[in-house]
Amino acid sequence: MREAYEVVIGLEVHVELKTATKIFCNCTTEFGGEPNTHCCPVCIGLPGTLPVLNEKVVEYAVKAGVATNCEITTHGKQDRKNYFYPDSPKAYQISQYDLPLCHDGYLDVTVGEHEKRIGITRIHIEEDAGKLIHDEKGSYIDYNRCGVPLIEIVSEPDLRSADEVKAYLTKLRSILLFADVSDCKMNEGSFRCDVNLSVRKHGELAYGTRTEMKNLNSYAFIMKAIEHETMRQIKLVESGEKIIQETRRWDQAKGKSVSMRTKEDAHDYRYFPDPDLMPIVVDKKMLEGFISELPELPDDRKKIYMEQLGLTAYVAEQMVNTKQIADFFDRCIKEGAQADMLSKLVMNEVIRLMNKEGDDADVLMSAHQMTSLVNLIVTDEINYTIAKKVFDGIWGTDQLPADYIKEQDLAPIKDQAVLSKIADDILLKQPKIVEDYLAGKEKAVQAFIGQMMRMTKGKADPDMVQALFFEKVKKA
Amino acid sequence: MKELLALSIKEALAKMASGELTSEALTKAYLDHIDEKEAEVEAFLYINREAALDRARAVDQKRKTGQVVGALAGIPMALKDNMCTTTMPTTCASKMLEGYMSPFNATVVERLEAADAICLGKLNMDEFAMGSTTENSYFKKTMNPYDKSRVPGGSSGGSAAAVSANEAMFTLGSDTGGSIRQPASFCGVTGLKPTYGGISRYGLIAFASSLDQIGPIAKTAEDLAYILPVLMAHDPKDSTSADVPQKDYVKALDQNMKGMRIAIPEAYFGEGLHSEVRETVLKAAESYKAMGAIVDMVEMTNVAHALPAYYLISSAEASSNLARFDGVQYGYRHDSFETLEEMYMRSRSKGFGKEVKRRILLGTYALSSGYYDAYYKKALQVRTLIKREYDAIFKDYDLVLTPVAPTTAYKIGEKSDDPLEMYMGDIYTVPVNIAGLPAIALNAGFDKNGLPVGMQLIGKPFSEDVLLKAADAFEKNVKGGASQ
Repeated sequence: MREAYEVVIGLEVHVELKTATKIFCNCTTEFGGEPNTHCCPVCIGLPGTLPVLNEKVVEYAVKAGVATNCEITTHGKQDRKNYFYPDSPKAYQISQYDLPLCHDGYLDVTVGEHEKRIGITRIHIEEDAGKLIHDEKGSYIDYNRCGVPLIEIVSEPDLRSADEVKAYLTKLRSILLFADVSDCKMNEGSFRCDVNLSVRKHGELAYGTRTEMKNLNSYAFIMKAIEHETMRQIKLVESGEKIIQETRRWDQAKGKSVSMRTKEDAHDYRYFPDPDLMPIVVDKKMLEGFISELPELPDDRKKIYMEQLGLTAYVAEQMVNTKQIADFFDRCIKEGAQADMLSKLVMNEVIRLMNKEGDDADVLMSAHQMTSLVNLIVTDEINYTIAKKVFDGIWGTDQLPADYIKEQDLAPIKDQAVLSKIADDILLKQPKIVEDYLAGKEKAVQAFIGQMMRMTKGKADPDMVQALFFEKVKKA
Repeated sequence: MKELLALSIKEALAKMASGELTSEALTKAYLDHIDEKEAEVEAFLYINREAALDRARAVDQKRKTGQVVGALAGIPMALKDNMCTTTMPTTCASKMLEGYMSPFNATVVERLEAADAICLGKLNMDEFAMGSTTENSYFKKTMNPYDKSRVPGGSSGGSAAAVSANEAMFTLGSDTGGSIRQPASFCGVTGLKPTYGGISRYGLIAFASSLDQIGPIAKTAEDLAYILPVLMAHDPKDSTSADVPQKDYVKALDQNMKGMRIAIPEAYFGEGLHSEVRETVLKAAESYKAMGAIVDMVEMTNVAHALPAYYLISSAEASSNLARFDGVQYGYRHDSFETLEEMYMRSRSKGFGKEVKRRILLGTYALSSGYYDAYYKKALQVRTLIKREYDAIFKDYDLVLTPVAPTTAYKIGEKSDDPLEMYMGDIYTVPVNIAGLPAIALNAGFDKNGLPVGMQLIGKPFSEDVLLKAADAFEKNVKGGASQ
C-alpha cells in the first residue's frame, strides 16, 4: 500500500540569526537568562515605542540568500502580521509579506548516491515571539526571545521522502553555519522546522491536500513526524476519507500528531506594510560587499576535497555535513592525516558518536589525536578493529592513541615467534582444524583465526595469523 | 501676577535672563491661574504642581550660579496625555490606560527637559486622539475658553484650551488629521503641525503611524519660533525621523511678505463651508495681498478624495496599533473571564470607548483579506495622487491658504451622535497629513458670536520657517486677527 504512494513535502525552516542584539532594539539575543531579563520597552511592545531595524539582520539574511543561490530584493519592506496571542506583545509580528529579502534560490543535496536540486521559494526576515510557561498555578510569559531576529526559509514542494528532508536540512544547516549567519542549535530552537506534507498516487499530477506540522526541532522528531503523517494520510485516502487542510502539532511523547486548527479557523493576518519602518534598500554596492565577505561554503569545500584529496562526491559531502566536521577534517589534513583513512574514520566513527550526542554535538577530539590515530592505521601499527576501540576510548578525553593503546594493552602482537608458538598450541589441541581444511572446508581458516584472536585477546594481526596458518598447513 | 501671563516667550526669557523674573514666580503664576480657571476649562488630566515648582527653582538656581541653561529655561508648558512620561501617568484619556505609568520618557519630553522647560502637567484629549471635540475623553469634557457651552475642538482639545485660557505658555499636541490645527482654530491660538518626520514620534502613543505628528501650540507664531528648534531634531529611535539641518526660525520672522506666492485652492472653499469662515479667510488673503504677497486662486481636484482615504488609512493603522491593548501586560483587564479569548474580548470591549471601537472595526475590515485591495490599497493610491497635486502647486507657490475647519466651535453634544458629520469637519486638515506636509493654524478673526475663526497655511516639506514667517506677519500686522 505504502509503495503505491508518493509523499510530497515542502519545508519552512525558522533560523535565528547570530546577531549580538535583537532585530529592533539593543537587547541581547543570548539564549537563556532568567525570564524577562533580556527585554526593554521596545521588544515588549510598550505603548509609544518604535522599532529600528538592526542592519546586521539584513546583512545576514542576504548572505543566507546568496549562499542558497537566491535572487536578492533590492527594494524590500516589512509588514505587520496581526494576531492576538499572549506571546506576541504588540499583537502583531513584524515580518515580510510580498517582498521577501531573498527569493527563487535552490540548493543541491546528495541522497544516497544521487544528487537532487531543491528549490527555495523565499527567505524573509521576522521577529521571534516570546514563550508561554504553564504550571499548576497558571500561565506566565517570558519575553526574552521576543524580537530575536529570524529568517524563514521556505522550500518548494520538491522533497519526496524523509531521507531527502534530512539531506536538505543537513545541507541547509551546513550552509548557514559556513556562511556564519546562525548557530543553528536545534536544542535551543535556533533551527526549527514546519513540515508541509501531502500524499498522492505515483503518476498523479495534482497534489493532495496538505497538512502542516509546526515547530519540529530535532531530526529524530522530524523523521518520525513525517513517517507518521504519511501513513495517516495514506490510510485516510485508502479508506476513502478526506484529508482536512489543517495545522497539526507533533506530540513526541505520544508519538503522533494532533490537530491544532483547520483552514476554516485559520487566521486572517491582515498583513499591511509597517508604517513605523522605512523600505529596506539593498543596493549593488552593499550586495557586492556582502558577497565578498561571504566565507567559503560547503559546496566550495566539497569540490576541493574531491579535486585535491581525491574523495568521492558522497564521501566529500559527508565531510561538509557540518562546519565543525569540515573544520576538524581540515585541521587533521593540515596535521598530515591521510585523507582516505581520515574520511573513513570521520564518516564511520566521528559522525556515529556525534549523532549519539544529539543534533548539536561537538567533535570531542583534537585534530592531533585523530591524526595520530590515522597514522597508526596507515603505518599498519594497528588495524581498524583496534583503532575503533582506541577511538571510542579516547573520545571526549585528551589522551593520545599511543598512550591509550599502552594503558589498555591493545598493541597488536607482531612477533612471529610468539604467534607461531600460540598457533602450535592451538593446532596441537585441535588437530581437526587442519584436517577439516585439508578436507576442503574453507571455514576452518576462520576457526583458526578465531582461536588465535581468543588466545591473544584480539591483539594478533589477522593478516599475519592467516599467513601463519597456511605455513603450518604446508608443514603438516 | 496676571501681567506675567501676558508675557511672550521671548519677553519671559529676557526677563529671566536679566534676573528681573524667576521661573518660580512665572510657574507659580501659571499654576495659580490653573487653580482659578480650571473648573471652567477642564483642560488638565494631571497637574504636576510640586514637581513643576521644584524644577522651576532648580532652573533658577542654574541661572543664578551662571550655568548654561536650555533654550526654554523656566518656561511653563504642558503635554497632551498621549506622550509618555515617567513621573506622570500617560492615559491617552482612555479607561484602557487609566493610571498607566510609562517606564520611559518620549523623546520630546527628554528634549524639553534638556531645554529646561517646566512641565505643568498632562492635558485632556479625545481617547487615543480619535475625535474632533475632546468629548471622547473617558475622564472629562474640556470646554472652549471662548464659550463654555462649546467644545475646544480635538483631539488636542486640552492642549489648545490650556493655551487659550492662559494655563500654559505653550503645549504640545499631536496631529493625525487636524488634531492640532482644528482645536487651535476653535480656541483662537496658533498651532503647528510640522512636516512628517520633523519631530520624533518615539514615546507618542500611536494612533496612525504614517500620519501622526507631534507639534506645539502657543499664543503666537513668534512663540512657536522659540519652541520649534527644541523639538525638531533627528532621533535614531524613530526610523521615520528626518535628518535635516536646523533652521533659525526666530530670524525668519522678518514680516516681509513681498513677493511671497500664496495659492488659494477653490476646492477648499466649496459647499459645506460656513459663510463667515469663508469671508474671514478670504479677508486674510486680502491682508496678505496688501502686505505685498501674490495671491492666486488655483484648482485642486484630488483633495475631495482625501477624507475617505484618510479614514481608511488611519483606521487601518489604528486597528493594528491598538491591538497591543489586550489586557495581558498592562492597562485595563476585565476581572471576570474563563478563557483567554474572553479576557481579550471583555477587556477590549470595556476598556475602549465607542469611537475607538468604531475605528478599530473599520480598520480591521479595511485590512481583511478580500477587501485590502478595494480599501487600503486604493487609499494608498489616493495618497500618492494628493502628494503629486501638492508637489505641482508648490512648483509655483510658497504657501497654500485654506480654512482650518468648515465652521467655528460646535456646541458640546451637537455632533457627538453623528460620526459622519463629525468626520466632515476634518475635510480641510486631512490632506496635509496625507501628503506629510507642514501646516500652521492661526486666528484669522471672529464670527458674529465672537468665536475664533482659524486659517491654515500649508507649506512645502520642511518649510516651517516660511509658515512661521507668514503667520507672524499676519499676527503682527493685521488688526483684529490676533488672539485675545
